[in-house]
Amino acid sequence: MSDIIRRNPRNEWILRNRLHPQHDELTAGSGPVRGPTGLLRKNPHAVGFIGPNGIKRIDRSAGTQGGAGGLSLRARGRSAEAAPLPLHRVEQPDFYVAVVVDLAAGRLSNHDRDVLGQAHQLVKAQADQGAVVAIALGEIRDAAFDTTGADRLIHLTEVHGQPLTGYCPELKLAVLRAVDTELAPRYWLFPDSVHGGADLGARLGARLGERPAVQAWQVDAEQTVCRGGSHRTDWQRPTARLLLLAEECALPIDETRHEARPIELAAIPPVAPRIEDLGPVEVDPSKIALGEAEFILAAGNGIQDWGQFHRAATALGATEGASRVAVDDGNMPRFRQVGATGTWVTARVYIAVGISGAIQHLQGIGQCDKVVAINLDGGCDMIKRADLSVIGDSQGILGELLALAEARQNGTETPPVTANTREEERNVA
Amino acid sequence: MPNSNVNPERNIRVATLVSVGQHPKSGRTRRAGQDARAVELGLKMAGTASRLIHVGDMAEPALRQYLGMGLPQLSVLQAGPDADAVPALATHLDEQPADIVLTGVRAESGEASGMVPYLLAERLGWPLIPRIADIQTIDNGMAEVLQALPRGQRRLLRVPLPFVATVDNAAPEARQYAFGPSRRGNFAVSLANTTADDERQQWQELPAKPRPKRLNVVKAKSAADRFKAATAKPQGQGGKVIRDGTDREKAEAIMALLVAEGVVR
Repeated sequence: MSDIIRRNPRNEWILRNRLHPQHDELTAGSGPVRGPTGLLRKNPHAVGFIGPNGIKRIDRSAGTQGGAGGLSLRARGRSAEAAPLPLHRVEQPDFYVAVVVDLAAGRLSNHDRDVLGQAHQLVKAQADQGAVVAIALGEIRDAAFDTTGADRLIHLTEVHGQPLTGYCPELKLAVLRAVDTELAPRYWLFPDSVHGGADLGARLGARLGERPAVQAWQVDAEQTVCRGGSHRTDWQRPTARLLLLAEECALPIDETRHEARPIELAAIPPVAPRIEDLGPVEVDPSKIALGEAEFILAAGNGIQDWGQFHRAATALGATEGASRVAVDDGNMPRFRQVGATGTWVTARVYIAVGISGAIQHLQGIGQCDKVVAINLDGGCDMIKRADLSVIGDSQGILGELLALAEARQNGTETPPVTANTREEERNVA
Repeated sequence: MPNSNVNPERNIRVATLVSVGQHPKSGRTRRAGQDARAVELGLKMAGTASRLIHVGDMAEPALRQYLGMGLPQLSVLQAGPDADAVPALATHLDEQPADIVLTGVRAESGEASGMVPYLLAERLGWPLIPRIADIQTIDNGMAEVLQALPRGQRRLLRVPLPFVATVDNAAPEARQYAFGPSRRGNFAVSLANTTADDERQQWQELPAKPRPKRLNVVKAKSAADRFKAATAKPQGQGGKVIRDGTDREKAEAIMALLVAEGVVR
C-alpha cells in the first residue's frame, strides 16, 4: 500500500452537496475527514444539535455540569450520574488513624463527618501513607461511610453476645482496646460530644494513660489549639495522640469516595460490665426546657379552645410553645414564647397551630427540622416555611389529632401522663 | 420522671470534689455551677454528713461559698496551682473511703479537660457514670442513677457502690449559699503529696480567639455555575399543602408525619 492519499472526487462532490440523497450517509459515521493535503478537517456543520424551537444550538460547556443550556434535562442527569466521585484507595497503609463515630440514632452527625475530615487532614500531613478507620459501635440505620471518608470500617453490633445498644461504655472500651493492640493507630479521634464521644474518649485516655486534647478545634500534625474552661482561654499544645474534637473542627470529605473496607477484629478481651442500663425513662414533656425540646406544639392567635390545646399537647407528648401574641394575651406563660424575644428552639418536629409566622417567630424556629403548620390562611408566611401545611380550622383539626393520639395511646398501652399535676403547674405558671 | 424522695441516709458516705469556678463573663472566682449541683446532690443523699474535698489553696475565698450551702467542713488538700490533683485525691480517698464520689463534668477554668473523675475512677478501680441528673435509690449496695441525655431525655442506670459520678447541669439547681454558714464552716487542711504537672508547663495559655464561622463554599466547575450560585434565590422547598378533605384526613396526615419522624410512639 502506498502512502499517497487518494481523493475520491465523487465523494467530495456528494459531501459538498447537502441536498444529495447520499449526503447523510457519507457525513454520518465518517469520523475524521482528511482534507486534500491530508490535514484533518473539522466539519463546522456537524457540531451542535437542533433545539426545541428548530434553531441550531451549540453546547460549548465541554460537558461540564450545568453548562449553558445546551443539554436537555435528561442528558444533564445522565452526565451527573456518569461522573462519580473519584475513589480514594489505600491498599497497604503504613499507619492508621482511628475515628470513633458517635452514630447517635444510627446516623452520622455533622460532627462525625467533621471528625472524619480532620482525620484525613492528619493523614495528609504525614509523609507515609495512612488509612482512616471508622469505628462504628452499635446499630447503623443510615450512614454512608464511603462518601464521608472511611477507608476502613470496624462495625460491631455485639461483643461476646452482649448487644451494643443503650449505655455500655465498658463493652465499647473493650473493643477500642482491642483496636489499639491490633492496629496501633497513630491517632485516636473522638467527637467531643454529649452523645457519648467525650465519655468514651476520656475512658480510653484514662485506660491507655494518654493525655487527651479536649475541645480541640484547630489541629494539625504539630500543634493543637484547645478551648479551655468557660470558653475563656485557648490552650496551644503539641498534638496529642488522643484528640477529642470540638464541632466544626475541620471540613468534611466531599470530593472523594472511600472504600470503607471492613476489618474484623481477631480478639476482644473479655469484659464484665458493672454498669447496667435499665433503659430510657419517661420524661414529662412540660419539664423539658423549650430550647432543647425535640417535639413542640406551639399555639398562636388562632387558638380558641386553650383547654383542648393543652390536652392535645399532653396526648401527643409534646412540649408546649407559643407565639408572642398568645403570650401577650396571657394565654401562655412568658417562658413558653418561641421567637426572637423568646427562645430559639431546635426541635426536630415543630407544629405551629394558628401561627401566621411573623419573621421574629420564623427566626426562632430556624433550626427546626420539620415544621407542620395548621392555619386558616393559605397564604401566610408559616405555610411557606412549613414542610406540611394543613389549611383549615385549628379547633377541628386539633380535636381530631387529639382523638387520634388518644386512640393510639389506648391501643399501644403507653402509661398515661398525670393530667392533674400538669394542670396545677400551668395555673402556677 | 419517677419522683425520688430519698431521705438523707447517714450510712452512705458521699464525697464531693469541688473546684474553684469562674464567672463566664467577668472571670471572677465563684463556686463552680456543676460542682455546686454535685454538693446539692450530696446533701440530698447524705445530709450534712457528706464531705467536701478540694485540692488547691485554702486561701481562695470562693471555697467558702460551698461551706455556705450548710456543710460544716471542707477538706483542703493543700497544693500549688500547677499540681496534679489525681494522686492527692486517690490517697485521700484511700485513707477516708467513700461510697459515692460526685463532681462536676468539667472545670470552669484552666484546661477543663474533665479527666479528673475518669483518672480517679481508673486509679481506684471504680465504675464511673458521666452526666447524672439524680441518684434515685440505693439498696443492697446497688444504686439506681438517672443519667441526663441530650434533649432533656433521661436514662436509668444501675451501678454497684462504690462509684464515681459527674453531675450534669440537668441536676436540681444548687441551693443559695448563706453568709453565716460560710463564715462558720471550717477547713480541714492537710498537705497533699502531689507532683507538678510538667507537661502543661510547656503549653501556652491564650485568651480565647473567636472561632471563624464556617462559610458556605460553592465548589462550582464552570462560570455558569458560579453565576447561578451567586444570583439564584435559595429554593423555597415549599412543603406539601393540604387544602381539601375533612378534618379527620388532615389530622391523619399530620399523625403520619409524627409517626414517621418517631416523635409519637
